[in-house]
Amino acid sequence: MYKILDKVDYSDDVYMQVIEAPAVAAACQPGQFIVLRIHEEGERIPLTIADFDREAGTITIVVQAVGKSTRHLQKLGKGDSLANFIGPLGMPSEIENVGTVICAGGGVGVAPVYPIARALKEAGNKVISIVAARNESLLLWEDKMREISDELIVTTDDGSCGRHCLVTEPLKELCEAGGIDLIYAIGPGIMMKFCCKTTEEYNVKTIVSLNSIMVDGTGMCGACRVTVGGETKFVCVDGPEFDGHQVDFDVLMSRQRQYLSQEKESLDLYVECGGDKRCMT
Amino acid sequence: MPEQPAKQRAANFEEVALGYNEDMAKLEASRCLQCKKPKCVAGCPVGIDIPAFIKQIEEGNYDAAIAKLKETTSFPAVCGRVCPQEEQCELLCILGKKQEPVAIGRLERFAADWSMTHDSSSKPQIAPSKGKHVGVVGSGPAGVTCAGELAKMGYDVTIYEALHKPGGVLVYGIPEFRLPKAIVQRECDYVESLGVEIKLDYVIGRTMTVDQMMDNGHDAVFLANGAGLPAFMNIPGENLNGVYSANEFLTRANLMKAYRFPEYDTPIKVGKKVAVIGGGNVAMDSARTALRLGAEVHLIYRRSREEMPARNEEIHHAEEEGIIFNLLTNPTQIIGDNEGWVEEIEVMDMELGEPDASGRRRPVTVDGSERRIPIDVVIVSVGTKANPLLTKSTSGLDLNKWGNIVADENTLQTSKEGVFAGGDIVTGAATVILAMGAGKTGARSIDRYLQGQPLLTPEEEEAIKAADEKAAEKAAAK
Repeated sequence: MYKILDKVDYSDDVYMQVIEAPAVAAACQPGQFIVLRIHEEGERIPLTIADFDREAGTITIVVQAVGKSTRHLQKLGKGDSLANFIGPLGMPSEIENVGTVICAGGGVGVAPVYPIARALKEAGNKVISIVAARNESLLLWEDKMREISDELIVTTDDGSCGRHCLVTEPLKELCEAGGIDLIYAIGPGIMMKFCCKTTEEYNVKTIVSLNSIMVDGTGMCGACRVTVGGETKFVCVDGPEFDGHQVDFDVLMSRQRQYLSQEKESLDLYVECGGDKRCMT
Repeated sequence: MPEQPAKQRAANFEEVALGYNEDMAKLEASRCLQCKKPKCVAGCPVGIDIPAFIKQIEEGNYDAAIAKLKETTSFPAVCGRVCPQEEQCELLCILGKKQEPVAIGRLERFAADWSMTHDSSSKPQIAPSKGKHVGVVGSGPAGVTCAGELAKMGYDVTIYEALHKPGGVLVYGIPEFRLPKAIVQRECDYVESLGVEIKLDYVIGRTMTVDQMMDNGHDAVFLANGAGLPAFMNIPGENLNGVYSANEFLTRANLMKAYRFPEYDTPIKVGKKVAVIGGGNVAMDSARTALRLGAEVHLIYRRSREEMPARNEEIHHAEEEGIIFNLLTNPTQIIGDNEGWVEEIEVMDMELGEPDASGRRRPVTVDGSERRIPIDVVIVSVGTKANPLLTKSTSGLDLNKWGNIVADENTLQTSKEGVFAGGDIVTGAATVILAMGAGKTGARSIDRYLQGQPLLTPEEEEAIKAADEKAAEKAAAK
């Protein structure tokens, strides 16, 4: 069993949990993810690692509750345990000193950007970070990102905080000004797609981290496949990071929506029985 | 052997074959001629003393029968169910020349099931501790067999399993109606009872590398991490929604129990009409699972029934249950709707030409035979490719051009000191019993390696040389 040591609600549906998993914490690198299962009837949920502490033996995850499982996970707090916690999975980010790097995170995508940005900074890069969200209440880890960035830009879609624009606007300006060697863009599919469209014009290498549907997460099932450069790739073993200019985001986003009706059915049932975790049995 | 009627079983996930009762088992066992030089044993990849265990059944000594089986196999309840006996032990049974061969698999299953229901405590002898530790990667048939053998020899053994349940392909791949999961669990419990530790949720190559295993006190390692990545056909439309690999479809259904959604949280999409592509056992398992989930199922296979790699019994069961066979038919593309969901599959008729490298007649497309079949879900079951996760993270491990680990055929030794490998990761996808055979060979080699002995005895070297020469002569004669 994997114990939840800490939990913070950032908003009604965005939360952070610190989970005791020493073997995972000892091995993990920025860019990797974990798979967890809440209980015996639970599904295997892939989540990017937001932070880790090797000494304490902990992994931090940041989650947006959307379906039944992520709502249920949100109800768990300090002292509760998860049935399974597997990782680290996926290929680590390639961290090198390339010069100036933009790290853009959208919504909960800021969390997985954080360890990458920190590692890039430690490797000697100049790090310009963009923290973006739909509105102020959904803004994540602004302070943590500021600490490790040379420059920080905040944007909200509705203008409730920072610049009133989409993440692509400052991205375009920075590319236009020149001197950018590498870009990381992590967030919802649509955000990554438009970030890549923006940077393609300037021919700046842009890495994205894909959050596809997975089952085992170790290369066995092929659920996570995505089209990259015209070829089929498995996000769990070939990724999760890919050259964003090669990714077919339409295939990615379409595949992410495969189970919408089942997810709704499951969530409705869960809400109907008052969020009791075994209400369906 | 009694079975659930086809109509009834097509609507449930209960086991199809019901097994012998005592009278039936004794009667069948009495047919065994107790040959002095039993050919059946030579046909068994793990060399079970078949006449001896059958004799015990005939005499009603079921405890002794299971003890005899467990001298050589850790998985009798599994092998009795899923081994291709008709191509192995039963194929060589002398009775088979004139009449039905002795039903060795069914008798094995009977003995194993009897010992489970009677809580028989037939534990093998465990040698005194040798004070050495072996790490086994993967808890499928190869890994568990190797671990069980090593434990009996007195080694400390830890199995590392990436999934949350032990059993490998036996839990994620083979459906409940062919191999109940409770049986796999009991076989794994048995290996644990021999002192083997099974660490779940532990991904070798990620949570810990093979090099770290060697640094962290493992004296030898056996890699049995399985076949891996599903293969696709590289035809247009394979990434549409509603296209599954057989591995994904079966994993959702078997391991994650998606057939009980929403009680279990993992969903599965089946729709009204399912196309399963392929002709192997995995294709049959996928088709029969889809059928039980309520679909009309079309199996699409590019050769004829004769060339199908699946076991006859499985093909027969599938036919009985109402799977629609589209033979000599090959898919050319999958067509989707505006939302990215599968809508149709385009296929072409095939004819059989000259034999190809596999020895089977090569299918050739019939020009102008394209047609489309409306379909909701496609399950691709055309095999697997080597999983790169472990091999990429291990230094000094030689791989072949397909990415499988290169291991000596007779000793399973790899290019890396102290590391042995067997099962699907070496051979590509094969059968449960062949993987178990590899597990036994791996255990024998590891034991000799850790005792500082040559991996092969002079007699074994002689026998291998003789067999090689014989094979060369045969090839030359051709």
